Amino acid sequence: MSAVITASNLGKRYKSSAALDNVSFQIQPGRIVGLIGPNGAGKTTALKAILGLTDFSGELNVLGFDPRKQRDKLMGEVCFIADVAVLPRWLKVSEAIDFVAAVHPRFDRSKCEAFLTRTKLGPNQRVRQMSKGMIVQLHLALVMAIDARLLILDEPTLGLDILYRKQFYQSLLEDYFDEDKTIIVTTHQVEEVEHILTDLMFIRDGRIVLDTDMEAVGERYIEVMVNADRADAARALKPLDERQVFGKSIFLFDGVARSTLEALGETRRPSVSDLFVATMKGTYA
Amino acid sequence: MNTGSLKNMYWLVKREFWEHRGGFLWAPIITGGIFLLLNIMGIITAEVFGSSHGARIGGGSGLNLVINDMDAGDLSKVGLALDVAMYSAMGMVFIVMGFVVLFYCLGALYDDRRDRSILFWKSLPVSDLSTVLSKVLSATLLAPAIAIITGVLLGIAQLLLMALVLSFHGVNVWQLLTLAHPFRITLNMIGSLPLYALSALPSIGWLLFCSAWVRSKPFLWAVLLPVLAGVLMSWFGLMGLFNLGSGWFWNNVVRRLLLNVFPGVDAFASGEIGNWSSGQTLLNYHMLMRVDLWIGVLAGAALIAAAIWFRRWRDDS
Repeated sequence: MSAVITASNLGKRYKSSAALDNVSFQIQPGRIVGLIGPNGAGKTTALKAILGLTDFSGELNVLGFDPRKQRDKLMGEVCFIADVAVLPRWLKVSEAIDFVAAVHPRFDRSKCEAFLTRTKLGPNQRVRQMSKGMIVQLHLALVMAIDARLLILDEPTLGLDILYRKQFYQSLLEDYFDEDKTIIVTTHQVEEVEHILTDLMFIRDGRIVLDTDMEAVGERYIEVMVNADRADAARALKPLDERQVFGKSIFLFDGVARSTLEALGETRRPSVSDLFVATMKGTYA
Repeated sequence: MNTGSLKNMYWLVKREFWEHRGGFLWAPIITGGIFLLLNIMGIITAEVFGSSHGARIGGGSGLNLVINDMDAGDLSKVGLALDVAMYSAMGMVFIVMGFVVLFYCLGALYDDRRDRSILFWKSLPVSDLSTVLSKVLSATLLAPAIAIITGVLLGIAQLLLMALVLSFHGVNVWQLLTLAHPFRITLNMIGSLPLYALSALPSIGWLLFCSAWVRSKPFLWAVLLPVLAGVLMSWFGLMGLFNLGSGWFWNNVVRRLLLNVFPGVDAFASGEIGNWSSGQTLLNYHMLMRVDLWIGVLAGAALIAAAIWFRRWRDDS
């Protein structure tokens, strides 16, 4: 199958800094891609370029469309949830459903209503009367009822409590995602998405510094817990990162053979957040 | 337009109505209600005051006798007075509608950028062209149509109220009503809708352009720029640097950009209204022959095109 998104040499400059600096990548269908980077690294700019919300240089093909020229057609195939507060405050639940049903050819009203019966939302409730979590429930119900090929989530669970956050990703996996759909998600709460991601992209200063699938992460990056007496031997192998826990050192290695590391101590697959912290060292310095 | 985009347009305009129900629907209705209430209060005051001082409005059957003695010319003046009473009731509603449209246009492409709900609207398969056009339609047709309906109902209520009060004083109501022209006025009002849309277009275009273009404070920019330009023109005019009358600039540029959202302003400024007689078409269709009207329409269309461009590419949410 052909790629959902093909980007080559994407560039975007704001006054002094580059938000995107010659970025190239491909995203295949049926993947859940985590786009992860520190604040101001260019995540949102990349998503906006994909959605046709901003101008950029370079080539970008999303589901066969050029987002700069065919934004409205593209939006028939793509859904988008930005961070929580973007539903207009005057909108009623029933109005939201009526409007999306009228303008979106792929919207399934009964599906949306079924999702909403699982929540406390009533048809006459306005967005201004809802909590942040309820707004996201409404937005998610609208989006999941659209049979789109690409779903883009930009910090979708920002500011929600843990119950809403868990429910959000659970609904996505159980009721929405399948092999024909693709999800791109950016978030700072890496631990919560790490087990659902199939692919990982790290972005830093407008560049992609890591673009890999999760299996490859497990093969390429290995964490080893080493006793103090063997720490020097570990350091000689040039670890990415080192930290101390209970008098032992934990080293993170990139591309060192597993057999070598097993001789030093107990190995395991690093968590995405540890990998992220190691990769982004010095970002704010 | 195919049926799909027509259907989309219907829902986009409906969306505007949902969001601005208060301004589009309730503001004219409440204005009308208050106007009627004040009238009734005034009438009651006059009645109480009149009876307690022994004076009698209309002098019993006296007014009837006066009407019976009138010739055709006098009768048409009574009709004119009643028509004016009806127009004045409508005028209130239209002034309020002018303010509603002014502030609606200023916020139409700005408010959703400020609260970032533009990201939701832009996530739907609706082109920026349709979005902006739906706002133009709401300002040029939806808001005035509601105002006209409310205004006509209010005008008729006002007419009936006056007739009712006079009938208490023995005046023949039906004769009075036949002197007025409620149906012709109603038709005039409905007929003036396309003229309003055309003459308001430069203002609506300018306000929507500011709304799509500014990063903050759309009202300030929309008012400040034309007024500042007018002041500069006046100043250069005083300095005698060039011959273009600054009055011309104020009247044709500043007014058309800002005040033409108020119904009838164009017709007043060009002397179309002012010496009309009873029952004459309020806004004559011969306005359509005027070049300046069409220059305004073209300027409005250009500003709307610019607003669409900014709506598409403004990236600050």
